Amino acid sequence: MAKTTDREALRETLKIKLDYDQLTNCMRCGFCLPACPTFRETGLEAESPRGRIALMKATVDGIMGPDVPFEEQMSHCLGCRACEPACPADVKYGQLIEQARDAIEEHTTQHRGWVKGVRKLVFQGLFPHPKRMELLGKGLKLYQRSGLQTAVRKTNALKLLPKQLADMEKILPEATGKGVVKTLGTHVPAKGQKVGTVGMFRGCLMDAMFAETNRKTVELLSEAGFDVAIPEAQNCCGALHAHSGETAQAKELAKRNIRAFREAGVDAIISNAGGCGAILVEYDHLLHDEPQWREDAAWFASHTKDISTILWNEGRPLPFAEPVGGEAAAVRVTYQDSCHLKNVMKGGASPRSLLGALPGVELVEMKDAGSCCGSAGIYNITQPEMANRLLEKKMKDANGTAAHYIVTSNPGCLLQMKLGIERHASDKRMEAVHIVDFLHERMAARG
Amino acid sequence: MLDNAIARQLRDIVGASWFKDDDQTRVAHSYDGTPMLQALPDGVIYPGSTEEVAAVMRVLHEHRIPVVSRGSGTNLCGGTVPIQGGIVMVMHRMNAIVEVDLQNLTATVQPGILTKAFTEHIESLGLFYPPDPSSMAISTIGGNIAECSGGLRGLKYGTTKDYVLGLEFVLASGEIVRTGGKLVKDVAGYDLTKLLVGSEGTLAIVTEATLKLVPPPKHKKTMLAMFSDVYDAARTVSKIIENRIIPATLELLDNPTIKVVNDYAKLGLPTDAAAMLLIEQDGELETVERDIELISGICREENATEVSIARNHEEALKLLTARRSAFTALARLRPTTILEDATVPRSKIADMVLAINRIAEKHRVQICTFGHAGDGNLHPTATTDARDTDEVHRVEEAFAEIFEAAIAFGGTITGEHGVGLVKSPYLEWKLGEPGVAVMQSIKAAFDPHNLLNPGKIFAKSARRRVVLERG
Ligand SMILES: Cc1cc2nc3c(=O)[nH]c(=O)nc-3n(C[C@H](O)[C@H](O)[C@H](O)COP(=O)(O)OP(=O)(O)OC[C@H]3O[C@@H](n4cnc5c(N)ncnc54)[C@H](O)[C@@H]3O)c2cc1C
Ligand code: SF4
Ligand code: SF4
Repeated sequence: MAKTTDREALRETLKIKLDYDQLTNCMRCGFCLPACPTFRETGLEAESPRGRIALMKATVDGIMGPDVPFEEQMSHCLGCRACEPACPADVKYGQLIEQARDAIEEHTTQHRGWVKGVRKLVFQGLFPHPKRMELLGKGLKLYQRSGLQTAVRKTNALKLLPKQLADMEKILPEATGKGVVKTLGTHVPAKGQKVGTVGMFRGCLMDAMFAETNRKTVELLSEAGFDVAIPEAQNCCGALHAHSGETAQAKELAKRNIRAFREAGVDAIISNAGGCGAILVEYDHLLHDEPQWREDAAWFASHTKDISTILWNEGRPLPFAEPVGGEAAAVRVTYQDSCHLKNVMKGGASPRSLLGALPGVELVEMKDAGSCCGSAGIYNITQPEMANRLLEKKMKDANGTAAHYIVTSNPGCLLQMKLGIERHASDKRMEAVHIVDFLHERMAARG
Repeated sequence: MLDNAIARQLRDIVGASWFKDDDQTRVAHSYDGTPMLQALPDGVIYPGSTEEVAAVMRVLHEHRIPVVSRGSGTNLCGGTVPIQGGIVMVMHRMNAIVEVDLQNLTATVQPGILTKAFTEHIESLGLFYPPDPSSMAISTIGGNIAECSGGLRGLKYGTTKDYVLGLEFVLASGEIVRTGGKLVKDVAGYDLTKLLVGSEGTLAIVTEATLKLVPPPKHKKTMLAMFSDVYDAARTVSKIIENRIIPATLELLDNPTIKVVNDYAKLGLPTDAAAMLLIEQDGELETVERDIELISGICREENATEVSIARNHEEALKLLTARRSAFTALARLRPTTILEDATVPRSKIADMVLAINRIAEKHRVQICTFGHAGDGNLHPTATTDARDTDEVHRVEEAFAEIFEAAIAFGGTITGEHGVGLVKSPYLEWKLGEPGVAVMQSIKAAFDPHNLLNPGKIFAKSARRRVVLERG
């Protein structure tokens, strides 16, 4: 246990960091409760958005101490932000939880040793360095290389974790080790009539583990009429840093990205990972207290789009192949929302429109497609128990559709769905795919 | 804090994880949907069955510990704030649909089931349970019963009281009582079932309810009418009823409410309209079409600037859902939102709207008005800031005057949200001293030691009445 004085210091930091107006804007109507996965799973008010906001406010008001259970409660939140579109009062929950975590992070010295260790390794040692990520991609599995394994073995407290990681290992894709720039260069021209110029945000996890998906993203964009630039100076989006209270680092990463895409002179920044896209569209908020960045950050935020959104709304229709075999051969797919694409980028409709428009593909909605699968950044590593409960439920709903494919829009969700299929699919032939790969595969061969 | 030995007894009854007294849980049960109220309980218990409720009550009774029953804590009268500490009893675990009787058209449920989950299940069976408070996505049937909640369909279908046929409840002493049943008629003694409806957790803990179901309407049509004067809109409400048309839904929203709802739900409403009526009629196709036509005519006669009909079911649902968000959406305007529940005879709705606006102006506060106008039930809502004590004081003065005006029009201080803590000082205005005294003796008969939701409904002292200036 930390000393009382440390706790008081944390309270002071919470007072400074938490936006008190947002705390009072929550009028406690409870409308967000049914949308929250952790509340639905546990039925406990403290595990709900309304409850968490009340706890934050109570620590600031001096009604309760910011004690260890308080810190734990702040990490139980998935950060899926399903509570935000559910809130008629427009309470910015995402900002509140980030502010709370930021304050906690600043104060925790003996903070669950292993989590801190993992985070440090991954956030500072790995993600900001494209080179190292690439190395990692060259076939060495994430958890061994990053030292996660040792960090984990040192703690006996969480028996679940090693199994969680062992399971994760099984589902990690064969990495090529060659990022999208190595494969395609920094410029790919539009095919046919040009519609516009876009910049591709490659993402660090995507480029190391799913370089193929990145390549296909560029090819789809080019096919739809966009000149694609892939600025080399871009780096990690900073989402994981921001969501875990490492705001200062997140800001630095943001600035480098803004500069890179400003210089590339593009009309839009395209992301193919909901988790990255969501922080990109909030760079204006991330940098709100830096006036000299205000204009550029606002430009960046308002010009970032998800791949599905731009393909559906602005691109030329893609040339899809007619399926062979007619009706009977129809492929059944179901779409698992990326929480951040849906709740933050408000882009839940376009992937469905694209899938619905594919010849020979039948889109079947699963129950609660919009609720979090438990992946949530690194949540499935730091909170394996809740993550597994949510995954099991998710797979029950997915099994209910009897789909051949679960289509996703974010690498974290994709890995989690693969894990889900591995563990719980009633038909093991079920496959999880990224929407880009699915669309690309169905394009007519040009020739 | 609760004595360790008592905590142990409680854990023995419900299981170790279903009694909690950590700070986090206590803080998370210190509030409800009512602004500016907070009080910590000593512990929170989550019983799983009627027997557990009874056993818990025996322990609490023996030690004279207060207990506040709680559904989802969405009430707006301070009903679940444990102002005298004690135990909050959360009913969520008791959420089963025990039986749907398709022969008698009744459903028997545990109180912790969410209203919307229940109505959806009933609708999937081709039946209909009409009470639909705006909070239905999260409110519980137990909470609905204890507050006698209304909703958007109250006008034609009545409120919760019209659907409760039988109850099982646990007294403060731990004894279990059953009343009513799957019966259309029952005059065996006083009607305890109806007495429990609207009793706000002060008489007993409801552990099971038998509810009346009805066949669903075959057709529905939803329409909007816009007005450039809120008085015209309010008068239209009375006119519709005067013309002997009883729509299923007849809701009024004033200009600020239209704006915030539009902001949230992106409906593309004309945000310069002074008021809007949202009207739904259901029933046989012919009746629905005829009524909607007649209502449209009345709206136009009363100067509606625009009348439109929802194109399809989705659009209608979107409008109703948006209306349900109105109260919370008003929280966009200022940090604190205080809503009231004054209700008047339907013929007086336009006069009441005028009175509210006049009173708001007099006290220099912003009051937005929306509500179940067809029921005569308005929700004048003050948007303010709890940190500004002077303004909050003016809001209180304004509301006192609004209550007085409602009573003067033959109305009441609350139509559906209950008295709880916040309206207890005004109860005597409505009932008079002997009325309150009768209620107090009923309370004492059920709960002689005042353990069930103490401090609610009955105030220590009544508020002095304001003198209304007429003219
Ligand atoms: C945005 C919003 C909109 C609303 N709209 C409406 C509306 O349209 N119409 C309307 O009538 N109300 C409305 N309300 C008020 C409120 O939602 C209702 O009163 C609802 O019925 C409360 O349900 P609950 O489960 O949240 O109960 P709680 O708030 O938890 O409890 C309410 C009362 O019921 C008692 N209680 C709960 N369970 C039991 C039980 N098992 N046995 C005995 N007593 C019990 C409690 O002690 C308390 O006094 C609204 C509230 C909000 C926040
Ligand atoms: S919906 Fe919004 S205002 Fe209502 S409880 Fe949740 S966060 Fe608070
Ligand atoms: S972000 Fe997700 S998990 Fe966290 S409170 Fe909101 S809905 Fe619940």
